[in-house]
Amino acid sequence: MDKKRPVNLDLGTIALPITSYVSILHRASGVIMFVAVAVLLWLLESSLASEASFNELSNLFANPICQVIVWGSLAALAYHSVAGMRHMIMDFGIGEDSFQAGRLSAWVALVLAAVVIALITFWVFL
Amino acid sequence: MITTVTNLGRSGLSDWLIQRVSAFVMTAYLIFIVVYLLANPELNYAQWAALNSSLPMRMFSLVTMLSIAAHAWIGMWCVLTDYVTVRLMGPKATAIRIFFQLGMIAVTLLYVIWAIDILWGI
Repeated sequence: MDKKRPVNLDLGTIALPITSYVSILHRASGVIMFVAVAVLLWLLESSLASEASFNELSNLFANPICQVIVWGSLAALAYHSVAGMRHMIMDFGIGEDSFQAGRLSAWVALVLAAVVIALITFWVFL
Repeated sequence: MITTVTNLGRSGLSDWLIQRVSAFVMTAYLIFIVVYLLANPELNYAQWAALNSSLPMRMFSLVTMLSIAAHAWIGMWCVLTDYVTVRLMGPKATAIRIFFQLGMIAVTLLYVIWAIDILWGI
């Protein structure tokens, strides 16, 4: 490989299409999920350790810091799942034959994820 | 560049397939849990513990945890080998990347052990 070949991956100088933002968010939410697995395992552990710790979880959901941590974990999970399902559908040959179809499914994924995250926000904070 | 010694399946095609099979398992688990919680708004501890201590559910949860481990391994490998590179970060990148990759693998294995401890400790 020619090591002197020109490379321009300075993202600040490139006008990115919507598909790029969906992809970047998929990566970012994936990295967040790596940490969020600890939150989800801790929730599972608390819900199963004893009846007392199960009941304490509802008190915990009243704590704003815990609410934000749980909300962040679930929001990342929701976005990553929706964007991942888009990839799986494309892998089956649906909507992967044109840039137009890719743009459309990227918008659909964004809107769907926003709706799910809105529901999560409603459930966690209200 | 040393990258292929730390990926999960030792080949791109293998990683590609593992990533999708694990995604399918996790999606099935997620849908099951969401539907279960929506169908049981008045869930109590006895019911939740009974569900999670049954053998089929323990297996489903463990297979999901193993899917998370494989999926995270492959995904974090992709991100690290894309961004923590000599071209982007200079000559120290390889050492930094190996450090984060080994750390990521260690955390992933700890997650699996933790999950087994939770599931079989009910």
